[in-house]
Amino acid sequence: MAREHEGAVDLGRVDEIVARHKGREGALLPVLREVQDAVGYLPQEALERVALGLGLSLSQVYGVATFYSLLYTKPKGKYTVRVCESAPCHVQGAQEVIDTLVRELGISFGETTPDGLFTLEKVSCLGVCGVAPAVMIGDRVYGNLTPETVVAVLQEYR
Amino acid sequence: MALVKLTIDGLPVEVEAGTTILRAAEKLGIHIPTLCYLEDIHEFGACRVCVVEVEGARTLQAACVTPVREGMVVRTNTPAVRRARMTTVELILSDHHTECPTCVRNLNCELQSLAESMGIRENRFAGARTVNPVDSSSAAIVRDPNKCILCRRCVSICEKVQGVKAIGPVGRGFETVIGPAFGDQLGDTVCVNCGQCILVCPTGALYERDSTEEVWAALADPDRHVVFQTAPATRVALGETYGLPPGSIVTGKMVAAIRRLGADTVFDTDFAADLTIMEEGHELIQRLTKGGTLPMITSCSPGWIKFIEHFYPDLLPNLSTCKSPQQMFGAVIKTYYAEKVGLDPAKIYHVSVMPCTAKKFECKRPEMRDSGLVDVDAALTTRELGRMLKEAGIVFDELPEEPYDDPLGESTGAAVIFGATGGVMEAALRTAYEVVTKKTLPRVEFEAVRGLEGVKEASVDLDGTEVRVAVAHGLANAKKVLDKVRAGEGDWHFIEIMACPGGCIGGGGQPIPTNLEVRQKRIEGIYTADERMTIRKSHENPSIIALYKEFLGEPLGHKSHELLHTTYTPRGSYLPRREKAAD
Amino acid sequence: MRFYRAHVLVCAGTNCSLKGSQAVRQRLLNELEEVGLADEVKVVETGCFGLCEQGPTVVVYPEGVLYCRVTPDDVPELVREHLLKGRRLERLLYREEAEKAVQTVPQVDFFRGQQRIVLRNCGVIDPESIEEYIAHGGYEALGKALTEMKPAEVVAELKASGLRGRGGAGFPTGLKWEFAAKAQGDVKYIVCNADEGEPGTFKDRLILEGDPHAVLEGMAIAGYAVGARKGYIYIRGEYALSIERLEEAIKQARKMNFLGDGVFGTEFAFDVEVRVGAGAYVCGEETALFESLEGRRGEPRLKPPYPTERGLFGKPTVINNVETLANVAPIILNGAEWYRGFGTEGSPGTKVFTLTGDIVSEGLIEVPMGITLREIVFGIGGGIPGGRAFKMAQTGGTSGGCLPAELLDVPMDYDELAKAGSALGSGALLIMDDTHCIVDIARVFARFFEHESCGKCVPCREGTMRIHDIMTRIATGRAGEKDLDNLEALARTMTMACLCPLGQAAPVPIMTTLKYFREEYDAHIKEKRCPTGTCRDLAAPAATPAAGKGV
Repeated sequence: MAREHEGAVDLGRVDEIVARHKGREGALLPVLREVQDAVGYLPQEALERVALGLGLSLSQVYGVATFYSLLYTKPKGKYTVRVCESAPCHVQGAQEVIDTLVRELGISFGETTPDGLFTLEKVSCLGVCGVAPAVMIGDRVYGNLTPETVVAVLQEYR
Repeated sequence: MALVKLTIDGLPVEVEAGTTILRAAEKLGIHIPTLCYLEDIHEFGACRVCVVEVEGARTLQAACVTPVREGMVVRTNTPAVRRARMTTVELILSDHHTECPTCVRNLNCELQSLAESMGIRENRFAGARTVNPVDSSSAAIVRDPNKCILCRRCVSICEKVQGVKAIGPVGRGFETVIGPAFGDQLGDTVCVNCGQCILVCPTGALYERDSTEEVWAALADPDRHVVFQTAPATRVALGETYGLPPGSIVTGKMVAAIRRLGADTVFDTDFAADLTIMEEGHELIQRLTKGGTLPMITSCSPGWIKFIEHFYPDLLPNLSTCKSPQQMFGAVIKTYYAEKVGLDPAKIYHVSVMPCTAKKFECKRPEMRDSGLVDVDAALTTRELGRMLKEAGIVFDELPEEPYDDPLGESTGAAVIFGATGGVMEAALRTAYEVVTKKTLPRVEFEAVRGLEGVKEASVDLDGTEVRVAVAHGLANAKKVLDKVRAGEGDWHFIEIMACPGGCIGGGGQPIPTNLEVRQKRIEGIYTADERMTIRKSHENPSIIALYKEFLGEPLGHKSHELLHTTYTPRGSYLPRREKAAD
Repeated sequence: MRFYRAHVLVCAGTNCSLKGSQAVRQRLLNELEEVGLADEVKVVETGCFGLCEQGPTVVVYPEGVLYCRVTPDDVPELVREHLLKGRRLERLLYREEAEKAVQTVPQVDFFRGQQRIVLRNCGVIDPESIEEYIAHGGYEALGKALTEMKPAEVVAELKASGLRGRGGAGFPTGLKWEFAAKAQGDVKYIVCNADEGEPGTFKDRLILEGDPHAVLEGMAIAGYAVGARKGYIYIRGEYALSIERLEEAIKQARKMNFLGDGVFGTEFAFDVEVRVGAGAYVCGEETALFESLEGRRGEPRLKPPYPTERGLFGKPTVINNVETLANVAPIILNGAEWYRGFGTEGSPGTKVFTLTGDIVSEGLIEVPMGITLREIVFGIGGGIPGGRAFKMAQTGGTSGGCLPAELLDVPMDYDELAKAGSALGSGALLIMDDTHCIVDIARVFARFFEHESCGKCVPCREGTMRIHDIMTRIATGRAGEKDLDNLEALARTMTMACLCPLGQAAPVPIMTTLKYFREEYDAHIKEKRCPTGTCRDLAAPAATPAAGKGV
């Protein structure tokens, strides 16, 4: 398997995060979240350090890391565009927004644009159904989108 | 314990509180089908095949995990139950690579049996399946995720019984795959090749790396002199592949059958087991008397060896340096035997028949070439031998009983008990006692080290010297012992560890099913075989005595060290691949 | 405390924030400074007001005048007109209908039908100020419980109130507490389930954003009642603002000793920790939540044992939804009798609903249990926009059932909705008008469950996929009559045999659409036609022009 960021991962920082949580009950999920915040995703080297530090098996750590949709074991684009495809958003026209995004970014779901800027993902629900249809880019949520406004939003990141 | 009264299918039954519906039904002779369930090891309740109706419950309940309640009214065979079970099995089949006639588990598959017993004749839900590459990276075990039904028995056995945790669920939902972390190949992980996962796999998703083709080719090659050796535990299990009851002793028929396959010579691994006792017994005496790392730990079980290399590399000095009987035999056959009968060792093709999948890995280890050649060319499991015999059209029942070939076919009762947990220890004690005390053992049986308890301890008086011993089988039990050794507790001199529960009779290469009941029966067979032997102590084996006299000199001598002893490789538990790459 | 002659409340809930309420607030501060009113008028950031559709909303007290869709550019005029000259700014006033404009909060239909117990402080107080919470009666109930009541009396009060779990299952809260109180063990836990993942539901987020202390107080009272010293709030990872507000509230509560050792000078000690989820709908299921909190894959456990016997970390645990816990303090303070004055016999109290879809007032409401669906949709919710016809309402989120117009008069409580084949669930209400295709939306439901199934049990893992397969075939004109039989067979098995409520509920929305809109399925299957023209692979209806947003 190719390791895209070989050597780029600051394992010292991973160790520091693990050390801070060690001994805490149910530490794995908070650790994985923090490591991801620090590194950008959960590369193999980092997960190995987490397993070693918390005394867990690699299979357990990897099983957890691949269970949750907010944890990534592969590198992402600079911005992750997460489109809500749940029923409330769908009723408010999410499909057109989704189609526009796919067209505009020129990639399918799960892919990253060649410039490394955007990764496109579907999500089940963002919990902002009051402003459906909604899209989350990075940490920011955009609501009441239309095909026109979503293009304008993308422009902010280009 | 309190008793609980309930009715199942209208029949009253009284069982202990805490009993599951499944067990209570069994008491009434009612068989509820199960698929993911493995008593005490994997009570997961997730396949939903065992669902039953419980009066008052909104939904159907999984019988395998639902405890009985006072006054409970259970129905196991209503239309709703049958429909649910059938739909569930169809759903499993809809995501299963169904190719029964060509599957290694054809006619011995739990999914197939279930579908058959439910009368499923079509699959209403056929659709997209999860498709993943077959992993044949391991020397011992093949993973076919396309036949996996995600019951996770393998995950539980690997974690709870073996403490290895090489595999686990990856991903979520329909896309879930059981496998190693990071999408790694099994051969690059901490997997110890024990094959316990194969024994519990209900389908053909996990199976041994097949060596039969290579062996057929060697048998067909007129220039090859094919020598077989058969491990102690195979003789009480091979019969099962022909439908004989577990534990049936089929040694003579097995020898005859192998000859009919075309083998030139058939030897008994038991001979090498006696040889192991000579070396290992003397090594123990040496460590006890002249100083050496204690406790000394046995080294016959290749799954166990890989386990200690990964997880307890700091304890490698405690391992006996003796090779396993399989490998001792390989080295002896391609040296002593070749010389004795005047064969070019390069023309000898040496096949072992083992209850074990890890032996396939062991014979490929680079250390195992002390004859100057690959000491053992192929390791077949009991199951593979069974398949070969059937393919050759051998009717097992009609075979005569034939003896092993000379001179390496002679063995003792001490060797045959290698097949059961505690056997190596007992065999070693039989010899060590007599060598140290120069007295005859009043009674050869050491009951304290027999049986299926996870960790057994005993203390033996060697003429005033107390030797404290421990026996563990199943690697999770081994962990308990090793942690004590690491912590400086335990205070043992000698420890026997076998990777598989029950010892080799419960090995990952044995016929399926291999469960608690079957293990017990095979153990009984092993001790019966011991009792039937005229010689029951390794050092009394005349062929062994001759071997030392003609070739090896003395136990732990120069030649022994060259051919019969080995070294180990620390492997690290988290970064096996990286370390491998760094080699 | 400083006296202000007016308070301007700016909604800082997520929905209004997304619509720019932060910029409005900043502009207000600047403008008040400029006109010299900074010392007289206080700008307060509040939690969600509920009128999300009309956001950003601003309320000016003491009059309670409600302004909607306020932009930063409106602010100078608003300040000059209302706060300087004392005249209401007509053009920004809330309007229910075009001709009826002048409105203060109590006059608005949207609020008039509501009964705010859970949302008592939302949109009223600054959620980042514990002082404001206290000023509105906050932590009085905890004080009362600790100093005047025995734990058993707290449990008894809850039982008498008839409060049922607001997460969806509707289990009697008092009974749950009683089980946990009686369970053996020195260590027990209170867990607040804030893993709100049901599409269409955002009530817990807005409660936590708008009134975090209400939840903390409820947890502390629960801790006292059952003998727990530690509480966890498991909250979904997407709820950044709620997490921030909670962390702040916990800090403040510790500082004022409502959390920590010796609360109210008693022996009682209780603390709360926030744990953040990582994206898995199934973790809303209580035992999956425990697994996740313990650092494992969020896969549901077998029950029994129930959480009150063996829950988090194997200890007796009370797990309650955010809204349930927010009900606790008012019940303790005002008594069970008072609480039973709201709602119905079997479902006392109020319920918070979130209105989404084709409805005039999208947003958050709290109403007495038993109110009809019609009252919510056409009374409080203002009806269907654009004069379109009501087609169906899905109650309880994506795992709930879909009700047609004939059932608009169903009373909204646990038992009545269950009778109608749906569920109160999380309180989500998704309204669809007649431009939407029922098959299309059912396919969306199917896709959701297929994506969110944890994969542990067979009927859910495989069944959700096969339901999605079938729905896709129907929506693309590739289905035959047998597919509906198979769909029904799947639904039956999943409802009866799945391990956890996720799988058991997964067929519900789809089967209710089939039950109430069979003719639309038939059109897709037999005629290969989509009556609303939504399904792109099928022919549009012959006579009517293509309608609907999906086209």
